[in-house]
Amino acid sequence: MHPAPSIILFTTLSGLGYGLAAVLGFGLLDPSAIATKFAHILALALIAGGLVSSTLHLGNPQRAWRAFSQWRSSWLSREGVMAVLTFVPLGINAIASVWSGRYLPLPGLIGAVFCGVTVYCTAMIYASLRSVQAWNTEWTPVSYLLFALAGGLVLASFFSALGGNAYPLLPLLTAMAIGAAWLAKAYWWARLRAMAVLSTPETATGLGAIGKVRLLEPPHMNGNYLTNEMGFRVARKHAARLRQIAVISGGVLPALLLAVLALSGDISGAPAVAMSGVAVLLIFGGTLVERWLFFAEARHSVMNYYGS
Amino acid sequence: MTMLPTLPTPKKLGLVIDLDVCVGCHACVISCKEWNTGGYGAALSDQDPYGSQVSGTFLNRIHTFEVVPEGGEVVGEAGDARIVHFPKSCLHCEDASCVTVCPTGASYKRSADGIVLVDEDKCIGCGLCAWACPYGAREMDLAAGVMKKCTLCVDRIYNETLQEIDRVPSCVRTCPANARHYGDFADPTSKVSMMVAERGGIDLMPEQGTRPVNKYLPPRPRKPLASTLPLAENTDGAKGFFAWLDGMLDRI
Repeated sequence: MHPAPSIILFTTLSGLGYGLAAVLGFGLLDPSAIATKFAHILALALIAGGLVSSTLHLGNPQRAWRAFSQWRSSWLSREGVMAVLTFVPLGINAIASVWSGRYLPLPGLIGAVFCGVTVYCTAMIYASLRSVQAWNTEWTPVSYLLFALAGGLVLASFFSALGGNAYPLLPLLTAMAIGAAWLAKAYWWARLRAMAVLSTPETATGLGAIGKVRLLEPPHMNGNYLTNEMGFRVARKHAARLRQIAVISGGVLPALLLAVLALSGDISGAPAVAMSGVAVLLIFGGTLVERWLFFAEARHSVMNYYGS
Repeated sequence: MTMLPTLPTPKKLGLVIDLDVCVGCHACVISCKEWNTGGYGAALSDQDPYGSQVSGTFLNRIHTFEVVPEGGEVVGEAGDARIVHFPKSCLHCEDASCVTVCPTGASYKRSADGIVLVDEDKCIGCGLCAWACPYGAREMDLAAGVMKKCTLCVDRIYNETLQEIDRVPSCVRTCPANARHYGDFADPTSKVSMMVAERGGIDLMPEQGTRPVNKYLPPRPRKPLASTLPLAENTDGAKGFFAWLDGMLDRI
């Protein structure tokens, strides 16, 4: 599948935003700290920015409002509906913190749950497609949810270090969430490696009863919408190296930084701010690479008709 | 409304494509583009039409495959490999995954005749239906920003201003080899249903769970070319006058 930058940026940014908003919804940060107020605003900005970037690839964005109508059958529509609904509790939480420095448990918890549901809907857009076998697994929503949580916790660790008065277990929780996210991703990759291919050129043409099928002549000289959208192959050559980069940048290094922070006991001083800040940048970069691979490594069944 | 019809549609209109007959002339590709660029919905645009990177929106494309039997040899025409020209357009699936993923209600399957269509005024051009279709039947028109697909020439088949002979999809009407047939698969006595029953018509990628309406007739078994070489090359099995002549020519 073609890794469209707008979609990669959308899933990464909105994942981080929803993760941070969920952690804020659980009330793990001091609501009166200036840093927490900024965290609320950043979470909303990340979510909104992600949504805007996801509309950039639409052919007719002026009709995007219609996408709220088919929630009964379409995961994309469900995602749109949930994204809008989630703004309500998140907005209330942000206002409560920014204006009066208070944490409201009920909207907070509702917001956290809605964040999870929205990320689940995003992941199910991909996981529900049988035509892309790599995505068509429950490990896809599991890894999306855990990546959002891990990213959100890393951001929360940074803001809590900045604001002082931090929840003492936060860095440890964060390191554990990062581990869980990459464990889920390891399962996802293991499945991708081991799975028996569902559709082949033989089943695609129905000619398997005669013999082995090979494309002799494509329909046209040049590529088309289908090959541009679903025929991406550049990444596979470097997939192994990119996986290492993703795991080290998005997993090993930020988890180590936060584990060191948890062990040092000093989780709100200047070193803690610097370490968790670096962890934020690392996990953002690592998640971008992971998301890029998510698209680039996935093979669409239509490529059985195009000889690759 | 992107829910699929709850009951089986009373008519199941679709195509039978005979892979034994298709000669790969691409006439159906051209007639499809010609009819549909001026018919239902937005025109089928081309990008860089006179340049080196020409590409465009097509609702029907012909792929050509080489099929080699197990242990078979690829030695030009005398080998065991065979060439199969393979027309591909929307299969108007009963469980059309392209329909249910649509967030706007633009994509729908008609409950009366099972034709899968796009209401272009509602389409936002997100491309998710093209991802959901395992067959690559849908292509985004890059100029109009809406999804295009085979309409089964819905603007021909019910069009009473056309002569009756023309009330079939453009590809079917055009095919000079008669490889494409149009009809109602819900009626077991229709021509297309009987062809499918006789020739063992098949579904493409049944494992995708889409239950396509369109069926493909597999190529008939073929004798190796070597077994049909004319007698001039090989006199074994010559009979009558030729056997006598063969013997005489050997003796003189």
